[in-house]
Parts: sequence; C-alpha cells; structure tokens
Amino acid sequence: MPATRYRAAPAATLSIVSLDLMRAVYHRASGRTHLVSEPVPEILAALADEPLDEVALLDRLARDYAIEGDAAALGERLEELVATGLVEQL
Amino acid sequence: MNHVFAVRIGPVGFRVGSDWRAPIDTLADLYRDYPAPEDGIPDFSVRLFARRPWRRVLRPQVMIGGDYTIPDAAPLPLSLGLLAAEMGMNLQMALAQRRYLLLHASCIERDGRAILMTGESGAGKSTLAALMMARGWRLMGDEFALVEPETGLIYSFPRLVSLKNQSVGVVGEALRGARFGPWQRDTPKGDIRHLVPDGASIAAMAEPARAAAILFPAYGHAPDRREVAPGECFVRLTQASTNYVALGERGFDTLTRLVRDVPATAIDYPDAATACAMVEEFAA
Repeated sequence: MPATRYRAAPAATLSIVSLDLMRAVYHRASGRTHLVSEPVPEILAALADEPLDEVALLDRLARDYAIEGDAAALGERLEELVATGLVEQL
Repeated sequence: MNHVFAVRIGPVGFRVGSDWRAPIDTLADLYRDYPAPEDGIPDFSVRLFARRPWRRVLRPQVMIGGDYTIPDAAPLPLSLGLLAAEMGMNLQMALAQRRYLLLHASCIERDGRAILMTGESGAGKSTLAALMMARGWRLMGDEFALVEPETGLIYSFPRLVSLKNQSVGVVGEALRGARFGPWQRDTPKGDIRHLVPDGASIAAMAEPARAAAILFPAYGHAPDRREVAPGECFVRLTQASTNYVALGERGFDTLTRLVRDVPATAIDYPDAATACAMVEEFAA
C-alpha cells in the first residue's frame, strides 16, 4: 500500500504574515486564524508545490530548511495540520 | 418608546429609546456637548424597556434591548438606568460594529500620536485614560479603540468614562470641576460613576490618529516594563477584539499590520502617579 501523501492548502486560500518568530496564517476557506512557529510554515512551504509522503517531507525539510526531526513528531504535526484544514491528506 | 435620545460618539450614531424619562434626561445632560447622529440617522438603536408592563411603575426593572440583544440578560433596577443605557450602547458596538476593528482598549492622543492601553478588567485602563486627560492628553476612549481597516488609523469613541470604586475619587482629585453622572451603586462591578470627557476631547472626536504605542498595563506590581513581541501582541489583541472573527480577512490584515507597525510594551505599576509617568515616556 503506498504511503499517505499530504499537500498544503492552495496558496490562494492562505494569507501568511510574519510576526517575529511566529507566522500568522489566515485560512480563507475556514475564516480561521492560526499562529504558528517552526516547523509549520516550512511544512506548508514544502507541501505547496507537490504532494509528499512523510519520508519525502522529512528529507525536504532537512534539505531546504535544515530542520531535523523524527517521523513520529512530524506525524503529530501533520495530524494537527490536517485537522485545521491547512494540510490535506490524499 | 416614550422617551428618546440621539447622540453621536466619534463616528457612531446612537438612538436610545426608553420607557422611562429619567435615564434619557441623564443621558441628555451628560452628553449635552456631543453632536447628533450624522444626517439624523443612527447606526445603532438601544431600547430600555420594562420587563412586564406593570413593572414600569410598581418596581421598575430595566431590560436592555436594541438591534442586538443578549438573551436572558438580567434586568437592572431603574436607579441603574444610565448604566443600562451605556451597556446597551457598548453591546451594539461589540456585536454589530463592522466598519472598524474594535479593540477593547482605552486610547489617548497627543501631537497626533495615539497610545492604546488594553488589559483585563481592573488593569486600570479607564482610570489611566482619565488621568492622562487631566495631564493634557486627548481622551479618545476608555472602552473601545476603533481601527479603520483601510488606513490603520485609530478613530475616537469618547463615550462617558466608566470609573469604578476608588478610581472615582482618584480621578475626581485630578480633574477638579469635571462633570460626573449619578453614582450607580452595587452593580456587578461595584460602585460606578461616569465621567464626562473634557471639551477638547469631545471637540476633536472626529479626528483620527496614528497609533504610536500599545500598552498592556497591570496594576499592583513594582514598576516594570517588558517589550511584547508582535506574535504575543497579536494573540492578546485578537482576545481583546470583539469583532475580529466577524471581520474575516479584513480583521486579519488590520491587526497584523497594527502589531507589525506599532511597538507594544507591558507595564507594571504600583500606583496611578507611577503609571502616568510611565505612560508619558511613550509620548516622545
């Protein structure tokens, strides 16, 4: 069975504003505001162009953003992001 | 409604109708230097009405109504009619205002620089605003600061200043000759008295100002100040806004711009004199 892949909500549905170490994210589809910090903005950016599974996403975060983490922690973040609607599970 | 009063406070017009004459007479007296709603058309209506028809006479109980109401709100005795009217006006603003982002904050201005002061009830924002008015600042409001989404400018909402308990005496000392409404005793927030803003604050109420500082005052601590980062400021102000969610992306854009452009500071203070001196430091 192929691994679950994830993709970020379309860029047109998000407004992201940088506030010091945080990012404020307005999700137009739900009308909800989220205040997020690393690694969430990086996850959204990595998943913006193409859907990735967890392994590929971990590699991408390490390569592009020098963010090291384990699969379990990433899984939890993805679960939260799916619940908010900022990330879609394919 | 048997008795009616209309007034403009900042950019907002109100019409207050009442089953009783007394609250309307008090409002008309306290707001006598304020203009009428623009073109005579109010933005919001408030109604003070009897709970049951016979209560109007037998045991007067004031219910607050209007364009927007809170179901099951407890009635107030007629002696608190002024408080009921003020609560009714605040309620319409909090629930229905869409032109501006509403921040639950007091606001003062000098030389075009507005200072917003927000915090929990009891932080002293109304008292501080009144005391700064005594020191020559313009009072832009003690309850709501109105942020215009298109420009980020702060608009004034200088309603009567609601002072509680000991702060009435403190402000009375600082503002000799100021006009106050009747005591509103034994309210859920203690004894309240409403202060009429000074003539300069009323005369300039149509003039917006640019926000220069956001303060989070806290009473009862040794003097201290701490910078509040934009992220934390954003969270605190979303909580301090009554209509952030209702404004949708306009609210988001307005608030993120405000917290990025305007420095925010938490100030702890042990007494009013110290607090005023600390606020003055943000004037420059």
